[in-house]
Amino acid sequence: MKVLVSVKRVIDYNVKVRVKSDGTGVETANVKMSMNPFDEIALEEAVRLKEAGIATEIIAVSCGLQACQETLRTALAIGADRAILVESGEELQPLAVAKILKAICQKETPQLVILGKQAIDDDSNQTGQMLAALLGWSQATFASKIVMDKGKAVVTREVDGGLETISIKLPAIVTTDLRLNEPRYVTLPNIMKAKKKPLETLKPDALGVDVAPRLQTIRVVEPPKRKAGVKVPDAKALVDKLRNEAKVI
Amino acid sequence: MAILVIAEHDHGTLKVATRNTVAAAQKIGGEIHVLVAGHNADGAARAAAQIAGVAKVLDAGAPQLGELLAENVAALVVALAKGYTHILAPATSNGKDVAPRIAALLDVQQISEIIAVESPDTFVRPIYAGNALATVKSRDAIKVITVRTTGFDAVASTGGNASIEKIEAPADSGLSSFVSREVSKSERPELTSAKIVVSGGRGMGSGENFKILEPLADKLNAAMGASRAAVDAGFVPNDWQVGQTGKIVAPDLYVAIGISGAIQHLAGMKDSRVIVAINKDEEAPIFQVADYGIVGDLFKLVPELVEELKK
Ligand SMILES: Cc1cc2nc3c(=O)[nH]c(=O)nc-3n(C[C@H](O)[C@H](O)[C@H](O)COP(=O)(O)OP(=O)(O)OC[C@H]3O[C@@H](n4cnc5c(N)ncnc54)[C@H](O)[C@@H]3O)c2cc1C
Ligand SMILES: Nc1ncnc2c1ncn2[C@@H]1O[C@H](COP(=O)(O)O)[C@@H](O)[C@H]1O
Repeated sequence: MKVLVSVKRVIDYNVKVRVKSDGTGVETANVKMSMNPFDEIALEEAVRLKEAGIATEIIAVSCGLQACQETLRTALAIGADRAILVESGEELQPLAVAKILKAICQKETPQLVILGKQAIDDDSNQTGQMLAALLGWSQATFASKIVMDKGKAVVTREVDGGLETISIKLPAIVTTDLRLNEPRYVTLPNIMKAKKKPLETLKPDALGVDVAPRLQTIRVVEPPKRKAGVKVPDAKALVDKLRNEAKVI
Repeated sequence: MAILVIAEHDHGTLKVATRNTVAAAQKIGGEIHVLVAGHNADGAARAAAQIAGVAKVLDAGAPQLGELLAENVAALVVALAKGYTHILAPATSNGKDVAPRIAALLDVQQISEIIAVESPDTFVRPIYAGNALATVKSRDAIKVITVRTTGFDAVASTGGNASIEKIEAPADSGLSSFVSREVSKSERPELTSAKIVVSGGRGMGSGENFKILEPLADKLNAAMGASRAAVDAGFVPNDWQVGQTGKIVAPDLYVAIGISGAIQHLAGMKDSRVIVAINKDEEAPIFQVADYGIVGDLFKLVPELVEELKK
């Protein structure tokens, strides 16, 4: 069974993001970039499926600038067998990414596609569900457990009320939540090995996909700042403030 | 112009998130219809008909909608879509699961988690864990939107008198099926709609220690929440997580106990009206957003706080 994993290159989660003064977006120059954390989890799950003898090949896909090659090399070091970069200078919105991934799925015919539930830059939480829709496949979002079972995946999902388990027919789309697994660290020997693994580059045009953005960003601003308040010495003073100053209790 | 709001409900009752979403629809302007997709959900449909400002309720009851599987709900909504300029769902786990599926089937770029409406095609949404606010304009004919409930005050649950129209649902997709559910049971208010939230972090040290927060939450009639670290460590269930990738809350009072205040946590609670932090590290970033902070050991301070509240 082939497994496809999508990996997005995003600003590292530890970076304090700054809004550009001209209001067009956020500062990305000289900022540390990493693989979207949810995609690391997706890849880890795929590697575990391969180690368990269920997956036979793992293909990592990233869409965006040429620099996404770095992210793909990391994916190869974690355990993907080969990688595909779909290179584009456009701002790729989730619908466009889903269309690209659909075209790749039609070529590669994976039985399972694992994506992150959310990219931590655009916070959209859309691409996996969109890909499932475009392919007419089943979906299981926000996965915290995946059990493969003869033509099906039984997936436990993190939902508002707790946990829900559903069974989805393959081929299927799964998106990862934080508790699915703990991704491994890449080791130096694996980084060396990754350099020799195949990395193919395609263009959206060649896949017949129109990636023109549908949403126009009018402006990007900093949110209103909260002022730091006061320190109070003890519980008694706190209760007094909450009762008589803030009047919230 | 007509707007379709997808209701959040547990079949019998309607969730507040529905009324926050109706509020967003009112900001857009137009006739508002509410879709109740479910099984034996007439109770929720009747409640939806009472909501102020709702013109019509579409009650699609069918066994294949009983578990709100995304494939079936999306097929239902897509069949209704051509009558609408906007389709709105609350940004709950159900809404987030199904809305993008609907959007893609309609060839529309969804607009996620809006917090403000500038015009019928222009919306404000947080990006980068709320560190930036983007104003985006949609060029699509139908706008598919999820609504961050904390961005819109819920409209009144009564005052409306909408007609209820029963509608047919498409057949089961056969793609997925429900297996089981583990619902965290609690007598407390719901985390996302509570007026007061008491949250614990890694500083709590164990699941057992979370018990010391219970008298405090009881006293304040608060919902209980947690940081990701506390959930990852298995102290408390996953649905307690507040943050960028958990639940977004904006209560009148948020009490953060043993939580350092990472950006990802702040993203979920920094719009609370009043924030209190209890932390032994005076440098903890949580103090930069807290209105009132106490530096000290939570195991000493929390019981003291409970005693003071009894006075
Ligand atoms: C992709 C991604 C998504 C994430 N999403 C979320 C999210 O949605 N929500 C979220 O919360 N986090 C999220 N995180 C994690 C986040 O980055 C932090 O790791 C997490 O919030 C830390 O939790 P914490 O504050 O409980 O733990 P810590 O940072 O370890 O802080 C514990 C605090 O407790 C204090 N403390 C310890 N003992 C005591 C005591 N006895 N008395 C008083 N104080 C004490 C310490 O001083 C410290 O400040 C995410 C991370 C990533 C990478
Ligand atoms: N440009 C991209 N390249 C590769 N994968 C992507 C890209 N954009 C989104 N994805 C995938 O879709 C998931 C959800 O992203 P989003 O819908 O943008 O929140 C991510 O975790 C990735 O797995």
